[in-house]
Amino acid sequence: MNSLNRKDLLDIKSLSSDEIMLICDTAKYFKDVFTRDVKSVPVLRGKTVCTLFYEPSTRTRLSFEMAAKLLSANTINVPVTTSSVVKGESLIDTVRTLEAMKADYIVMRHGASLAPHFLSKNIKASVINGGDGYHSHPTQALLDTYSILEKRGSLKGLHIGIIGDIKHSRVARSDIIAFTKLGAKVTLCGPSTLLPDEFRQYGVEITYDLDKLLPELDVINMLRIQRERQKGSLFPSIREYNLLYSLTEERFAKCKPEIIVMHPGPMNRGIELDDVVADCPNSIINEQVTNGVAVRMAIFYLLAGGTPLSDADTEGN
Amino acid sequence: MGILIKNGRFIDPASGTDDRLDIFISEDKIKDIGKNLTAAPGDDVIDAKGALVLPGLIDIHVHFREPGREDVETIIGGSMVAAKSGFTSVCTMPNTKPVIDNQALVRFIIMEAAKGPINVFPTANISKGGKGEEISEMGELVRGGAVAFTDDGQPVTNSILMRRALEYSRMFNVPIIAHSEDKLLVDEGLMNEGLNSNKLGLSGIPCEAEEVMIARDIILTRLAKGRLHVCHVSAAGSVELIRRGKADGISVSCETAPHYFALNDDAVEEHLSMAKMNPPLRSEHDRKEIIRGLKDGTIEVIATDHAPHALFEKMQEMEYAPFGIIGLETAVPLIITELVRNNNFSYIEAFSKVTCNPSRILNLGKGELKIGGMADVVIINPDEKIIVDEKFLISKCKNTPFIGKELYGSIEYTICNGKVVYKREQA
Repeated sequence: MNSLNRKDLLDIKSLSSDEIMLICDTAKYFKDVFTRDVKSVPVLRGKTVCTLFYEPSTRTRLSFEMAAKLLSANTINVPVTTSSVVKGESLIDTVRTLEAMKADYIVMRHGASLAPHFLSKNIKASVINGGDGYHSHPTQALLDTYSILEKRGSLKGLHIGIIGDIKHSRVARSDIIAFTKLGAKVTLCGPSTLLPDEFRQYGVEITYDLDKLLPELDVINMLRIQRERQKGSLFPSIREYNLLYSLTEERFAKCKPEIIVMHPGPMNRGIELDDVVADCPNSIINEQVTNGVAVRMAIFYLLAGGTPLSDADTEGN
Repeated sequence: MGILIKNGRFIDPASGTDDRLDIFISEDKIKDIGKNLTAAPGDDVIDAKGALVLPGLIDIHVHFREPGREDVETIIGGSMVAAKSGFTSVCTMPNTKPVIDNQALVRFIIMEAAKGPINVFPTANISKGGKGEEISEMGELVRGGAVAFTDDGQPVTNSILMRRALEYSRMFNVPIIAHSEDKLLVDEGLMNEGLNSNKLGLSGIPCEAEEVMIARDIILTRLAKGRLHVCHVSAAGSVELIRRGKADGISVSCETAPHYFALNDDAVEEHLSMAKMNPPLRSEHDRKEIIRGLKDGTIEVIATDHAPHALFEKMQEMEYAPFGIIGLETAVPLIITELVRNNNFSYIEAFSKVTCNPSRILNLGKGELKIGGMADVVIINPDEKIIVDEKFLISKCKNTPFIGKELYGSIEYTICNGKVVYKREQA
């Protein structure tokens, strides 16, 4: 396995377990690179990376931009609200404009599922999916995988719980695929309206009872709950959601002492999890953000045709 | 100066005839049908050896977009596509801009179509403005030439309006064509709800959104003693409801479209917005049940729901692209490939769905081959391979998930009212 050998990173499904491991191994080296004093390397010198975010995002966009800058790329953020997008220009025309300006990489987040897939069929530039609708968020799944690997060395045999609004979560869909590919047991938990039976097709367990599940878990990933969902009668109130699915201090006491607590952010403190839990030593929520940069550097590096790195590659330079 | 069609396999689903018979056409009528007919000097002779000779086909569900979206398709343009596809009669849907809810517009369509190659029968709106509030002037519309009423594109959500429409239309002996869909259940759905929608993160449209409305419409038809024709049936449960309705003696008929028996929702991931239509492609189970419904006669009509959309409209994110695909040009190849070749339908069974059955349901007086009848004839080579590519498609819009597909069945000649309106150019 010497590189990813593809133009785009569109979803997790299209990555083999070997490729996921290659990205994580590569990310380890880049984490060493960017946590030292002289952070940048010339992997993408002379290349242009455009970030095009049709949905609000702080950490993902910043993380991509930082990763690209650390690799010496020219980065351009296309501010979607001020560009011609608001004048009604179509996605394909907007991106063709970027392509005409010789953009090499387009990092896109879009509220419509499969928008990056549609794009990749119609343009030559490399498309990296920064999250599409409810469908996929591959870099999040990769950084989640990397973060667990960093703590536990392997996912094999780990029992990972994903809690919350599974139905509308691209993070859940991507995590499920990545975690199960690497041999973890995954259990999904949330209200039945937000956890359709179709998820069983991924070979995961489904439960609606968080209290029963908690003592079994090695890793718990708390998803963000969108307050708007309540309007569609998907759950009756934030209060009831809290009562049933919040990772409170009392609930946390039932967990294994070494449990890893994750959250893709941004957190609703007091709703998905209590302050005390979010900031406890088991929580790797901030570490996930750091790892996000390393993983995205690895993805750029490998999409640019980079080959696996050895220890010598980072230590000498 | 007539046309003699010789040596073909004569198939007339109306009379159940499948035989070696020649046809002689003079002026706009079929003058003779028989064995070994001979041509007089000056007659054109078409050698149909190895080909099927059928009544001109009927598609009772097309969107020709005129008036309003002439940039996408027109009545004449659509008629030419129909002729090239073997169809000599079509019914246009009234969801144009403006909608067809008055006699002047019905007459406009008929006048415009008279300049084109085939017979066009307009349908008109159930409700004024297609708004689902008050019934349209059905008597006037029928007198103007409307053959059925439908608010196609939108369901009639208001149950009392649907009841009245079924009751009122009864006295003109025209059916109500129901676009049966519970909009609240559809919600923000983009494709069939199931394993694939879950995988792709696309909001689902459950089969039940179609089924609950079909159930309501059948029940209202019983109450109103009306005549119901359910269009574009896509789900297994819908077929079962209609089967039961018929068994209960309720006057209900229905149609499906070729894509519902030729594809399932696996196609969405590859074709994205080109496989987006309403109702959506369903599961493999549904596809098989649609075929069973066609086989046992529950579904008596195949109609294409031909829905052209501009490329720029379809070249968008799944969420924003409009629903609908073109269907005329792939209809015969899909019927032959999927029904006749893959599912052992006889030609009579398969082609009754696009000839005598739709004609009977809408009282069109077309769709059969008989001496003295209007000369609408199509000649099809069922063994000829066609490739659905940019060259094959003459439609202005090429929004179809069948692009690149190899299918069987080419249209050799289309004759409408005694005139050759399409002849395939030999490669």
